[in-house]
Amino acid sequence: MEVDLEAAALEGGYLLSSMHTPSPKRHEVYVDAVSDVSLKLRRNEVFGIAGESGCGKSTLIKMLYGYLEPPLVLRGGSVKLHTKEGEEVQITSLTRKQLQKDVWWNHASYVPQSSMNVLNPTMRIRDHFAEMFKMHAGIGRKEAYAEARKYVEQVGLPMDVLSAFPHQLSGGMRQRVVIAIALLLEPDLVLADEPSSALDVINQQIVLNLLREAQEALRNTLVIVSHDMGIHGVMTHRMTVMYAGKLIEIGRTGDIFEKPIHPYTQVLIESLPKLGDKKQRTGLGGHPPDLRSPPTGCRFHPRCPYAMPKCGKEPPEIQEVKSDRYVACWRYPE
Amino acid sequence: MSGEFLLEVKDVSKIFGYGFLGRVKFPAVDHVSFSMEDEPKILTIAGESGCGKTTLSRIILGMLEPSGGVVLYKGRNVHAPKSGDKAWFSKQVQAIFQDPYDTFNPLKKTETYLYETARNLLRLKDYKEASKRIDEPLNFIGLSLDDVKNKYPNEFSGGELQRISIARALMPEPKLMVADEPVSMVDASLRMNILNMFKDLKEKGGISFVYITHDLATAYYISDEIAVMYRGVIVEMGPAEDVLIGKHHPYTKGLVEALPEYSKREEWLRKRAKPPGMEVKEFLTPYCKYSDICPNRMEKCVTERPPIYNVDKVKVACWLYDGYPVETLQE
Amino acid sequence: MPVLDSFRKISRSFRDAYKGNFKFRLGFSIVLVMSILGLVLPYFSPQDPRSWYTVPKDKPPSFQYPLGTTTMGRNVFWELCASIGKSLTIALITALIASHVGLLIGLVAGIKGGTLDKLLMFLSDTFVILPQLVLLIVVITVVRAWITIPMLGAIISIVSWPWPARQVRSMVLSLRERTFVYTARLSGMNMPKVLLYELMPHLLGWHLVNFANTILFSVGTEGSLAIFGLSLLDNNTLGAMLYWAINFYALYRGLWWWISAPVVTLVLIFVSFYLISVGLSEHLHRIRR
Repeated sequence: MEVDLEAAALEGGYLLSSMHTPSPKRHEVYVDAVSDVSLKLRRNEVFGIAGESGCGKSTLIKMLYGYLEPPLVLRGGSVKLHTKEGEEVQITSLTRKQLQKDVWWNHASYVPQSSMNVLNPTMRIRDHFAEMFKMHAGIGRKEAYAEARKYVEQVGLPMDVLSAFPHQLSGGMRQRVVIAIALLLEPDLVLADEPSSALDVINQQIVLNLLREAQEALRNTLVIVSHDMGIHGVMTHRMTVMYAGKLIEIGRTGDIFEKPIHPYTQVLIESLPKLGDKKQRTGLGGHPPDLRSPPTGCRFHPRCPYAMPKCGKEPPEIQEVKSDRYVACWRYPE
Repeated sequence: MSGEFLLEVKDVSKIFGYGFLGRVKFPAVDHVSFSMEDEPKILTIAGESGCGKTTLSRIILGMLEPSGGVVLYKGRNVHAPKSGDKAWFSKQVQAIFQDPYDTFNPLKKTETYLYETARNLLRLKDYKEASKRIDEPLNFIGLSLDDVKNKYPNEFSGGELQRISIARALMPEPKLMVADEPVSMVDASLRMNILNMFKDLKEKGGISFVYITHDLATAYYISDEIAVMYRGVIVEMGPAEDVLIGKHHPYTKGLVEALPEYSKREEWLRKRAKPPGMEVKEFLTPYCKYSDICPNRMEKCVTERPPIYNVDKVKVACWLYDGYPVETLQE
Repeated sequence: MPVLDSFRKISRSFRDAYKGNFKFRLGFSIVLVMSILGLVLPYFSPQDPRSWYTVPKDKPPSFQYPLGTTTMGRNVFWELCASIGKSLTIALITALIASHVGLLIGLVAGIKGGTLDKLLMFLSDTFVILPQLVLLIVVITVVRAWITIPMLGAIISIVSWPWPARQVRSMVLSLRERTFVYTARLSGMNMPKVLLYELMPHLLGWHLVNFANTILFSVGTEGSLAIFGLSLLDNNTLGAMLYWAINFYALYRGLWWWISAPVVTLVLIFVSFYLISVGLSEHLHRIRR
């Protein structure tokens, strides 16, 4: 299995100046959003990053993309992308300029939650495509429009989308346009951060299926970040669960859904309501920790029904407990 | 089972005017009727955003005037209260909203609403008495007055704050709770706690719920009955099991089959329903509102609005069921 | 006690703003100095700055006359102090009237809606369209004979109430839809209570900023009116000082101290109130998060 993207010992978070001190002295507070994260993503797979709000998954995906806008800081670790031409790109050591020129849209694309973070409200859709073609393929406007028409037909978007401005399109249509732009240059890596959270169920199905089909056609790596476990269940081949900045379980999606190992994963899976199943379900007590001062040891231990004394003292390393299954919990391997 | 109805929504419509001089009329709620009997039940009004469910909930609460039709709570008109009715309504009908951080004024301490409820609805002017009375529902949701005192909303987590808003709503011992997307902004691992709480309140507290959501899975989990709304119209309504498993109306079918679920992976990847189009036009059609994107569209669908048919245990507004007995509006 | 509580809250908020924001600190300090100069010092003035020929005329700044003297035989320093005080008083009266009338009208229009709203907004739009200076000139010309300091303040407020009315109304329209207003109603709070306890806290910050801005506007307007000779020229205001200095060709005759004093003071007042309003805005934005 070829490795497409390799993240090693990533550390990062947000450096905030405290808002609540009236004195001119600025206290800086560090929010530990991504802590010691290591991942190996394979070519031709759909990989899911699951977790609740505040767990650090959006931060992680920004770090994988190299999008480090202050107050987001990278404190340690590296991210390496292996392109299909055989190059190795060290995303964490490139400057913003280099990333914009060589990597972004070309080798790696980022699909954000809100399409308006990508689309320029003053430009028509065809001009968005034209700009992309101009920057990376060096072709002129007329030619770009022709290419855009061909491409749009290919991805199944209606032709009249090209002459529209973003605000004239519905949310679902806009998101499909953004995905089309993201896939234009056939990147090795597509990172989608909650790509369908703002959409209704039907548009969600269309958008996600578009992503899936593109991945199957290009045979690249698609990473989906979502708090909705159902999306992971239908879209991903492998996935990881994040809690309070740490990866606590990684494995094949089917295995995780059928036999979740980490106590947190177990709660996530078992508390999912399902049509046709009226069985009583329970949630967790407490609430996710404040990442400005996360708990010592295992960050989940204050809410864990199986917590042992060790759990409060030392954070467990993530380890392979079964074939292709990794868990960060002191109960495993047994 | 008493013959009296807890809630009756009769032919309610709400038309918003916009554009120059308010000329363009837009029916957010279009002749909606349903009723809830006077025994504890959870009714879900399900639909995607823009279908009119929130507008309908505001009308039921008496906070928004309907353009047509009437809402009766235990026989009394919610929008034409007689003297003394208003205070009585406030005690009988309460609400929980979607965003816990907006439910409370960010500039005020959270407890002020608890004390206001005690003072205005329960006539407890004495601080000590009110404090004692406030502790009860707070304990029910897992907190105490000491946990809550002197704190601003941003000092609580989303889940906690939502539970506090439930406690406030429970204070006057209401018989009907309108819950507008109460768990969509709460973390997945905490949702079940709140939903189980609703089930508890229904079974042991005798409180009925109108649960408004777009999430059919949670709707299935707690509801007795479900009404599916599309563009201001109820397209299907009946017991939760029959509506969501039976999928009589094409829109219900589309919705249910679009739900991503691990066990239905294969089918989900193959389905491709058409998405709803640009809003306004669809709201204004005088024929079936779903016909534009309906896979089962027939001649009749684009000429006339379908009546409500009684099919098995379910009411469906769809021409596919022509031939079944028609539901007539009771006076 | 609720009154003591509010007082404590206000002084704490003030302290926060003062410590937290440099612009506010600077602006407020200058205004404080101005206020002492304008409202306290005049009581110690050896001569009545309204009288002419109390000191030798046209003298440049010296140890005896720190800011020099004017052609009318007045000590520029004491005249300046008195003028600051009177101008600030006029501005304060304008701000008190205009910002509160505007607030009230904006609140009523926003909450009630319907015909009352349309009427009030029609009224306010009318005043906005009419050219302000022209309107003021007309009014003052009519009442010129018996105009006083407070009256001038009130007259200027005629043109400064519409803008806050519109602003407050649009803020109320959006606040009205916030969920906590529903919560308040469901807690049994009636509309007046909701206005006072739920909406007002959100409007207060803006109101203060508007207050500072109105003071600024009023000082400037009084100056403009004085140039036309439409202020209290026999009394001491900054505008009057300007008027006389211009009319006696102070600059051409080399009496630079006579004209610079009011000009520099006006600029300082402008800048300081501007700093207060901007600083307060910034501070409010910061604590909102």
